[in-house]
Amino acid sequence: MDKESEAIIPALPSGGARARDSNPGRREVIREEGRRARRFAWLLAGLSAAAVASVFLACLIGRLPIPAAEAGRSLLAAVGLGAGPANATWGEVIVDLRLSRIVLALLVGMELAVAGVTFQGILRNPLADPFTLGVSTGAAVGASAAIFLGLGAGTFLGLGLLPLAGLGGALAALAAVIALGRVGGRLRRDTMVLAGIVVATFLAAVISLLKSLDEESVSSIVFWVMGSFQGRSWSHVLFSLPYGLTGMALVGWHARELDLLALGDRQARQMGVEVDRVRLRLLVGASLLTAAAVSVSGVIGFVGLVVPHLVRLLLGGEHRPLLVLAGLLGGLALLWSDVLARVILPGGEELPVGVVTALLGGPFFCLLLKRRREEESW
Amino acid sequence: MIDIDSMTCGYGSREVLREVSLRVAPGEMVGVLGPNGSGKSTLLLAMSGLLPPWQGSVRLAGQDLTGWTARGRAQRIAAVPQRAEASFPFRCLSVVLMGRYAHTSGWGEEGPEDLEIALTAMEETATLHLARRMINAVSGGEAQMVMIARALAQQTDVVLLDEATASLDVAHKIAIFDLLKEKNRQGATLLCVMHDLNLAALYCRRLIFLKEGRVALDGPTEATFTARNLSEVYETEIQVSRHPVTGSPQAHFVPGGGAGAAAGAPAGASESVGRAH
Repeated sequence: MDKESEAIIPALPSGGARARDSNPGRREVIREEGRRARRFAWLLAGLSAAAVASVFLACLIGRLPIPAAEAGRSLLAAVGLGAGPANATWGEVIVDLRLSRIVLALLVGMELAVAGVTFQGILRNPLADPFTLGVSTGAAVGASAAIFLGLGAGTFLGLGLLPLAGLGGALAALAAVIALGRVGGRLRRDTMVLAGIVVATFLAAVISLLKSLDEESVSSIVFWVMGSFQGRSWSHVLFSLPYGLTGMALVGWHARELDLLALGDRQARQMGVEVDRVRLRLLVGASLLTAAAVSVSGVIGFVGLVVPHLVRLLLGGEHRPLLVLAGLLGGLALLWSDVLARVILPGGEELPVGVVTALLGGPFFCLLLKRRREEESW
Repeated sequence: MIDIDSMTCGYGSREVLREVSLRVAPGEMVGVLGPNGSGKSTLLLAMSGLLPPWQGSVRLAGQDLTGWTARGRAQRIAAVPQRAEASFPFRCLSVVLMGRYAHTSGWGEEGPEDLEIALTAMEETATLHLARRMINAVSGGEAQMVMIARALAQQTDVVLLDEATASLDVAHKIAIFDLLKEKNRQGATLLCVMHDLNLAALYCRRLIFLKEGRVALDGPTEATFTARNLSEVYETEIQVSRHPVTGSPQAHFVPGGGAGAAAGAPAGASESVGRAH
């Protein structure tokens, strides 16, 4: 009997350093961990370089043709280097019109992707994201109501009222979803996803009602419902940034707990996670990120869904690398989607960027789902 | 190590365990048995501090468990669930490293020391070759071994196992319990909720039988694992003989001896089935 059991379980290591080092399997795993860390560092460096290059390239694209060298000079001047471009208008176009919008798209993309990863982790549901939870639609209702009431042109503290109305709408929708998702004092993750769908559907109907009540504001409401960066400026970046940074810090602080929570509340508790407290912090973080994104851009779907999904397929589910890379990739994806939205229509008309992300993201998501199903069925 | 004193607890308003008292000493290997719904898993939840008692107390090392932080509890008590159930694809090594969470601080970043401990746990459970594979892509038996490695990496005095081998084949059951017995010999305190009577009798020196939320029997395997006791607790006819190799008592189930067939059961069996008040 003893001999048989030894055949199944190899002899216990004697614990000495020699026994450890003499195990080739162990050294191989440690080497592999090192390789993984290096691969992650390279990916991070590559994506960061791509982000910098993208910001510069995207600055060159627009109705007014500006030479690359002049654009570079404008950007350098913006950070206090060099004398600036030969033509002052070029500098204004590059820095105040294009760069602000590009930076905002990058920021919102990051916020949406990180919020998506976090919602998916807390709710243990790969379909949860700001859009499917109804939070984005909540922001659109807030902004639409402001437009409907004629406050669209109003300002508060030097900023349009629309972001504030959007922020209020986003937080109200999330509060409603959480209230509906609470059963007996506990957040039920399946109930919360259902509640999100109900709230989103209801709010979409409210928007339709507002649109049919006021024919004149339809076009500006549409730009909120489909999401857009048209006419956004540095003040929008500054509005979004504090909420976004706070949210990212909260989520980053508890990234490892997201891994443990994925094994279920019971196991997470048994491994030492104060589940209720940690989940509340993560929820606040994801809500801040969502509100920061949708209050300046409207409803942009698929970024929070497709990007985390893609990175998870490539790297696995561990949340620390996932959050970082999904954030960068989300920013890049939205930046280029917005460039497409600016230039794709002939005659200088703009498309809402949400249309671009939905047109690209929808089919791409189907491809990912199909590939995943094939892998699983094998 | 763990002292439970006339504890009553349950979920919501439903009472599951009633006035349970028992104590587990350091170095014991205890099997918890009983029919479905008798409160076995609830007992484990209460012991790991997840289910606060309504009345009575659960104490760990002399201190009431409700006063411990989750981290503090997890440094003393590890638990192995029935199944892995990861919602996302994690590498097996990453799952084992999760056992180190209670020992890390700040951002939960594991150091090289934690990696060494996790790798040793994987060596002990013969799962090192699975390190890079995804937990949801390995077999059920392999995944359970990984869960046990995770509990070992947690480096606790006590390990609670909730039907940890219930869904596995015989070879994996034996492999896991051989390993558990070895860890017990090295000093670990183990409490195993089990469905498999014979496996419990083979490996545990002490058995606790729960029935309808109360402790029906608690004592050394030799004294508790008798035909009469088993038949009474499980309400079906059970006979006991000796294991040909180890000499442990082993149960044999008798067809037609279930509670539904009590009318036609032999006199001895029906007597033991009766619920004497």
